Amino acid sequence: MAVITYRDALNQALREELRRDPAVFLMGEEVGVYQGAYKVSKGLLQEFGPQRIVDTPITEEGFAGVGVGAAMAGLRPVIEMMTWNFSLVAIDQIVNGAAKMLYMSGGQFNIPIVFRGPGGAAHQLAAQHSQSLEAWYANVPGLKVVAPSTPADAKGLLKSAIRDNDPVIFFEGETLYGSKGEVPDGDYTVPIGVSDVKRPGTDVTVVAWSKMVGVAQKAADMLAADGISVEIIDPRTLRPLDDGPILASVRKTNRCVVLEEGWPYAGVGAQIAYQVQHGAFGDLDAPVARVTGLDVPMPYAKNLELLVMPSAARLIAAIREVLYLD
Amino acid sequence: MSTSSLPDHVARQLAATPKAQLLEMLYQMLLGRRFEERTAEMYAMQKIGGFCHLYIGQEAVAIGAISTLRPDDLIVTAYREHVHAIVKGCEPGPVMAELFGREGGVSKGKGGSMHLFDRRRGMLGGHGIVGGHIPLATGTAFAAKYLKRDYVTLCFFGEAAVNIGAFHESLNMAALWKLPVVYIVENNRFGMGTAIERSSAIYDVAQRACAYDMASETVDGMDVLAVRDVVGRAVDLARREGAPTLIEARCYRFMGHSMSDPVHGHYRTKEEVQEQKEQDPIRSYMNLLIGAGLVDRQAVEALDQKARAVTDEAIRFAEASPEPSPDSIFQDVYSVPYGPYTTREQ
Repeated sequence: MAVITYRDALNQALREELRRDPAVFLMGEEVGVYQGAYKVSKGLLQEFGPQRIVDTPITEEGFAGVGVGAAMAGLRPVIEMMTWNFSLVAIDQIVNGAAKMLYMSGGQFNIPIVFRGPGGAAHQLAAQHSQSLEAWYANVPGLKVVAPSTPADAKGLLKSAIRDNDPVIFFEGETLYGSKGEVPDGDYTVPIGVSDVKRPGTDVTVVAWSKMVGVAQKAADMLAADGISVEIIDPRTLRPLDDGPILASVRKTNRCVVLEEGWPYAGVGAQIAYQVQHGAFGDLDAPVARVTGLDVPMPYAKNLELLVMPSAARLIAAIREVLYLD
Repeated sequence: MSTSSLPDHVARQLAATPKAQLLEMLYQMLLGRRFEERTAEMYAMQKIGGFCHLYIGQEAVAIGAISTLRPDDLIVTAYREHVHAIVKGCEPGPVMAELFGREGGVSKGKGGSMHLFDRRRGMLGGHGIVGGHIPLATGTAFAAKYLKRDYVTLCFFGEAAVNIGAFHESLNMAALWKLPVVYIVENNRFGMGTAIERSSAIYDVAQRACAYDMASETVDGMDVLAVRDVVGRAVDLARREGAPTLIEARCYRFMGHSMSDPVHGHYRTKEEVQEQKEQDPIRSYMNLLIGAGLVDRQAVEALDQKARAVTDEAIRFAEASPEPSPDSIFQDVYSVPYGPYTTREQ
């Protein structure tokens, strides 16, 4: 088992799927000659050529729709959004096109497409470049939404997403690209729609995905020193949500905190909190708590940005609250 | 009638097109007209719901354009598409059943008037967001090039769609990458109630192609042979050289924008509509064929009777088709059902 970066894990997934299936192609801004704005597609143009690694103009709605049309005609496009922020000009193609085509055609046109790219805030990129849009897409029937937190999950889930016969929204963590982890050798896949216990524990369940898993690990390490055992569940897929392991964990710990980078109002965490109270109401010893990004556009100033982002300190406070320790 | 007195395109088409196809086009125009007339009746009787946009007056565009295609060619259209679907090969019964919201509809009653799909016939919808389907057609053309296949995609949309970003983004990519697609602007002069002079900075829509160094033509969209002539050349160019074309077909809708819109109103006068109806594309074509000695009034009457009978049969088919089962509500959200889509719980 090799230790590689999240970026290289994604690159491996793309490379292996491009080799496996000639119907797979990668399209987006700077994916070819430039080798990827975040270097996820490094070396792919050299191996697969410009027919399959397609540099586009800055035209997100256009190439998102080209991807959907190509999928209708039998191809399996991987469409890179340089960042998910830019998908907002393409959202008509994703929501009105990719997500609904199978249904409104009475089952005739499934859309095997992956829209992928980095989401979430990085460092001081300000309001228009620092958004977690999982809730936007997870709201839409017809889409699947994936947000891996580790290199292994990134590789395994991207391969599954490319093989999936329906549209998959694939959120990569912009600040995770350089993170390292063990990735199983060979044709490694992770099924879409299966949660994973990222850290076993007994006192409180924390649900977190993408880079928030790292924040949860940090908080758990700190709390371990106080004798508090945190279980971290990473749903990995936000739609369809595999809530079984979350509920099983809550039945054991009787407490739950849902952590997400995005905005609080109608966030994915609100849905998870609903499912926990609905599915494990009798097991809860405290109301489900949520820790989220603050309900504001992202400010530029470094100190303000740090306050907006969910932190280990805020998570620890929420955990102590549901444990009635303060 | 001596062919030397005919316009070039008419002489060319009469010489090059088999008589059976010339008559088939007349039949399709009659069928399109009768189908839409009955659709209006069915709408008034509340057999059809939702938004419903009739094609009456514009028949020459779809029929002239689609007459140039092979069965494996594709069309992607906007929401005024009942006639496009039928001309592309969809059976009238399942099209009417779709308007009725029935299980036997081309889209199993899930799509309705604006979302007619038929994979076997190369009918790729039926799309309801103005201009939103233009990138899809660009994508099917991209796939043709990728797969080294020689099918051509026709993309139909109204003149109001040329002001939306998706149009420009698509034309740019199609020209940049040399994709086998023909964009057909059905310029019926009004985007709902807004005349083109009030919405477009440039009157000649075809000129928009200049910005993308793309071939373009303007054609009389009330003249089915002119449309066939121009689209035929564009389809050849797309198939042979992979080059796209933008075609502006100037036409006119005789009905309101949708069934909830009066034929005329604040945005156009009764007199204007009446004047345009004098240019009825079906009557013009019929007279042309009669003048050329290819058909007589009796034969035209027989074609019209057939169109009426086929439309009646389509309505019978729709009436007889059951409503979709409540069980189908969660079907086809995903190609492999999961969770609520297997248990009907939500």
